[in-house]
Amino acid sequence: MLLLNSFWIILFHTFLSKFKTKSFLITTAITLLFVVALTNLTTIIDTFSGEEGKTEVAVIDQSDSLLPIIQEATETLNEDLELVPYKDSEESAKKEVEEGNYSGLLVVDVDSSNLPIATYYTMDIAETSISDNITNGIQMVKSQLAANQLNLTHEQLAKLNEPVSFEKIALEKDAKTEEELNQARGLVYVLLFLIYFAVILYANMIATEVATEKSSRVMEILISSVSPIKHMFAKILGIGLLSLTQLAILMIVGYFSLTSNESLSSMEGFLGFNEVPVSTIIYAAIFFILGYFLYATLAALLGSLVSRIEDVQQMITPMTLLIVAGFMIAMFGLSAPDTTFVTITSYIPFFTPMLMFMRVGMLNLPVWEPILGILVLVATIMILAIFGAKVYKGGVLMYGKSNSYKDIKKALQLTKKE
Amino acid sequence: MSLELRNVTKKFGSFTAVDDLSISIPENEMFGFLGGNGAGKTTTFRMILGILESTAGKITWDNKPINYSTSPHIGYLPEERGLYPKLKVRDQLVYLARLRGMEKKAALRELEYWLERFKVPEYLDKKVEELSKGNQQKIQFISAVLHKPKLLILDEPFSGLDPVNVEQLKSAVVDLKNNGTSIVFSSHRMEHVEELCQHLCIMHKGKPVVHGSLKDIKRSFGKKNVTIHADFDLTHLIRYPGVLKLKETAEGVSLQIEGEEIAERILKDIVGKGFIRKFALEEPSLNDIFIEKVGASLE
Repeated sequence: MLLLNSFWIILFHTFLSKFKTKSFLITTAITLLFVVALTNLTTIIDTFSGEEGKTEVAVIDQSDSLLPIIQEATETLNEDLELVPYKDSEESAKKEVEEGNYSGLLVVDVDSSNLPIATYYTMDIAETSISDNITNGIQMVKSQLAANQLNLTHEQLAKLNEPVSFEKIALEKDAKTEEELNQARGLVYVLLFLIYFAVILYANMIATEVATEKSSRVMEILISSVSPIKHMFAKILGIGLLSLTQLAILMIVGYFSLTSNESLSSMEGFLGFNEVPVSTIIYAAIFFILGYFLYATLAALLGSLVSRIEDVQQMITPMTLLIVAGFMIAMFGLSAPDTTFVTITSYIPFFTPMLMFMRVGMLNLPVWEPILGILVLVATIMILAIFGAKVYKGGVLMYGKSNSYKDIKKALQLTKKE
Repeated sequence: MSLELRNVTKKFGSFTAVDDLSISIPENEMFGFLGGNGAGKTTTFRMILGILESTAGKITWDNKPINYSTSPHIGYLPEERGLYPKLKVRDQLVYLARLRGMEKKAALRELEYWLERFKVPEYLDKKVEELSKGNQQKIQFISAVLHKPKLLILDEPFSGLDPVNVEQLKSAVVDLKNNGTSIVFSSHRMEHVEELCQHLCIMHKGKPVVHGSLKDIKRSFGKKNVTIHADFDLTHLIRYPGVLKLKETAEGVSLQIEGEEIAERILKDIVGKGFIRKFALEEPSLNDIFIEKVGASLE
């Protein structure tokens, strides 16, 4: 009873004392702002562009007949784009563009075969959306005029412009369609990021937490009250609870922010949120939790070896690199999920959480594959926990200058009977 | 409910930190655990607490082995002081007491009593890092006794404190003992041990070199001290048979002699040579015994 009790006391103490810290509250607030901003991105962009009003482009029409039809064509493409006839000389028009009175200057003329040609002057070559709109507008006009010259009917022109019918169909029975794959990619991408950041952030937190208790020497009192193994796992679960709380807050806020925003349908489509496969979410949760435990145990082990907080970063750098490597492979794998390299690495325990999740989200894997991945992870976590608990038990009693992996051996020796 | 250590040995690889230590610590007593640096005191404490496992031998409290189920009955003040620097006194002491099986409310009540007793009730909601070192140590002491342990282990409880605080802590320790707590305590300060402990043990290189009650140890040591204050020269007494050591002091000399009868003879010899303001025969101090038993290698 008492033994179980102290486990919960440590767990909730860890959770609450971390939850109440300023840094945690600030991080959560900033992330929330970010989520709200992201889910309302289109509204925000609209608000800003609304203030700017219409974009005005000065037009000098040297053919005297093209401007009205070009105006009509561009306005159907972008109603905020206004082509204004300019009466003065080209030089003074350029000057006005430089002064910022117009976004650009368009000079149109007809060539020898009586088709439109145009030159566009602007201060900002990198800004392509206006010039693209104008190009497309003029292109439409040109097709129309050329068709008239060739005496083509509307139907004939439409036939010419009709895009070729090209459809990719995977022959494998369960393979995802191109559209499904794109959706899956968006979702997997977001979830991968989530796993990546959460694992790095919280593993870091655990290592720092353990090192703080050790360097402040409160550890000796703690482990004379509670066994180090219990202490370690209560700590890991306490921080785990904290991470889930933070994620839950983010997800709830994100969800409501998303659903309250109607104009976001295009964005949802891009991220693949409109038809979220339940299995992907479940796998994300499983691999997130397992990935957390794997790295949290490792971080606790490493944290127990250092004597000063300053040395924590140095100690866990190799672990962080491992997570980064997993993430990089997963990012690469997003565009080539079925390569042998990705398949093999997805069974290496330290990469499994991200890679196996990526594969299961992108491909239609036989069920045994993710299950095997989960088993590999669970087994590794158990081995690491048993080994980690031993190192931890000795590590927390070790104080010294050196902070290397050789200390693992020393720590293990401390727990031995001789 | 006595604490028994039987043939306890602890090896770290090839290094023997504690070598075949057998001591018995009676209940309701204060037991002094002395030794130079690296004598094996802290290792012994850690074994008593179950943080380290002994290589050989047995440690029992009330005839039962000590493990985490007995931890609510044990209090520990480690030599390396340690508290959460960023946590408030209230939060961390209640947390630590709860880990040793105490109810939250009772812990808070007890904490308020102790802060009051040490005349620092205003520290309840202060962070530990804001307190001075001496006051941190008081808080640390409270953390060791808050849950009313039956066995209290104090590793250098008075180091780094000013005399006023030492007195405060000492009286607290004596009260705890009188209320039935068994206390094991280590110190470099012989006068504290002499003042507080009935039984003691002096460790040297992992072995107990002196062990028993304070009285017996002093008696069996045999040697006595003589302090003489006189207005004539006494340094020639170093050549006196039976005089082991002579130290010049501001007002005369202090001697270490083989036995009482030497003092008698010296007194007879120097009477009449001048004015003697003081002639005192004293028990050997623990300091003398410690230096004699351990000293050679420490110097």
